[in-house]
Amino acid sequence: MAVDAAAHGNASRGGPASGTAARRGGAGATLLRLLNSGWFRPVLFLVVLTVLWDLSVRIFAIPPYLIPKPGDVALALAADWDQLLAASVPTTLATLGGFALSVLFGIPIAMLIAGSKTVESYVYPLLVFSQSIPKVAIAPLFVVWFGFGLLPKVISAFLLAFFPIVVSAVQGFKSVDGDMMDLAKSMKATRLQTFRMVSLPHAMPAIFAGLKVSITLAVVGAVVGEFVGANSGIGFVLQRSIGNFELPLMFAALVVLALIGVVLFWVIDVIERLAIPWHASQRHNYIPTS
Amino acid sequence: MAQPQLKVVGSAETARLSQKTLIQIDGVTKTYRTRDGEVPSLRPITFDVRDGEFLVVVGPSGCGKSTLLKLVAGLLPVSEGAITIEGTTVTEPHDDVGIVFQSPVLLAWRTVLRNIMMPVEVRGLPRDTYLERARALIRMTGLEGFENKYPWQLSGGMQQRASLCRALVHDPKILLMDEPFGALDAMTREKMNVELQRIQHETGKTVLLITHSIPEAVFLADRVMVMSERPGAIAATYEVPLPRPRSLDVMGHPVFIELTQRIRAHFNAQGHLD
Repeated sequence: MAVDAAAHGNASRGGPASGTAARRGGAGATLLRLLNSGWFRPVLFLVVLTVLWDLSVRIFAIPPYLIPKPGDVALALAADWDQLLAASVPTTLATLGGFALSVLFGIPIAMLIAGSKTVESYVYPLLVFSQSIPKVAIAPLFVVWFGFGLLPKVISAFLLAFFPIVVSAVQGFKSVDGDMMDLAKSMKATRLQTFRMVSLPHAMPAIFAGLKVSITLAVVGAVVGEFVGANSGIGFVLQRSIGNFELPLMFAALVVLALIGVVLFWVIDVIERLAIPWHASQRHNYIPTS
Repeated sequence: MAQPQLKVVGSAETARLSQKTLIQIDGVTKTYRTRDGEVPSLRPITFDVRDGEFLVVVGPSGCGKSTLLKLVAGLLPVSEGAITIEGTTVTEPHDDVGIVFQSPVLLAWRTVLRNIMMPVEVRGLPRDTYLERARALIRMTGLEGFENKYPWQLSGGMQQRASLCRALVHDPKILLMDEPFGALDAMTREKMNVELQRIQHETGKTVLLITHSIPEAVFLADRVMVMSERPGAIAATYEVPLPRPRSLDVMGHPVFIELTQRIRAHFNAQGHLD
């Protein structure tokens, strides 16, 4: 469609006789190009949703202590931006800390599980079992153990972010083709060489898939940690604003929280593109050297 | 076990082969241990591969011919008997062996050239000398201009050529091939056969190739070994006295036709049509 429109635009630009038609064609092409760009569609959809939200609040006369108008949320965002920005710092730190710990522990554990049947038989079932414990239920325990500082939030983020990394990394390490292993063996590759040249690169796409799930869960973990005991952070702002019926501020805090998640996800996505340009999921924007 | 040696016509051609034995398979059996007990895969097998020979093993699927190749490659331990290469018993992968699998098993994150250089890297051989060799192989297999492409940018036939280069880069005496063209379409397969035949003729490598295609076997081989159903055993061995280098026209040669018919008769008798 974009190509058609562009061709049309070019053709009509050809002769001065076409006049206004040419200008309209050009504008149409620009509009279509805009419509096809990656960021435009979700933004457009978001705008539509916001308008629907605003209309529903007005039409059904929903009182502001239940659902605020989007305009009021924007006003709260503008008025309290300094407070929200300050609150987002500890939340982001706890998220990143928990995420870093997950990577640091998750990938080596996945390597052990994938590399040894014995380790797998001991560790994996317990790992799955531990995941069925709701983190919200044990978060207060961390407050008792570690106080109100950053550490309990980091641990809470870690507990949520850890599992997806392990699961996807194990799957990545284990899915190496048997012939591929035979090939390495036929070259008399050492275990380390096989890992470095074959298993690790092979597992990278799966690991990145796990990292993407993990980073968004780390945000959730950090906020859960802040819910149960904190005097700063987005979770704390959420708690306090709902206690005071400051719904616009609460919604503004949610917007900030979503933004943190989106930005962190985007960062991982960029790193993935740089780290594994060869992978199928990246090929659409990969230019091979000829 | 008796090995019928059938000579169709006088073999002036086979005289080019030295009579020196390179690989010796002596009473080798393989039994897999599974949950249901022991499953025999190979009955005692004895044969020699001469230096510079192109030996093709042909057999129905599941006759243990891939197992045989893995045993020679040192990727699996033998259950009984012994395999020796140049007098030394095979207990681990031998340095003088290159392997081509049915799938190209190229590393997706490496360019063609870096894939071909992988054995050099793993074995810690001098990079510069072998880089020249890799480039010569790339030229010989017609992969010029594709050195810096990634495997997914290559057709199936080209991927298999790259995997052949990788098997040959460290200049091994022996090339083991496990149904190397089984995944290719018929036309590419014929083309690859002609090229493999030419490359073997030029390099003088000893090749042990596994296939289930009878024409492919006769076209490529100095000697065709026919295997029977699982547990595998040698049913017959045929010399192929066709002159080299061979072109696809050879497939119309009376000797070629007679040999393919004789070999096919083995499988018909076993109730297998290839």
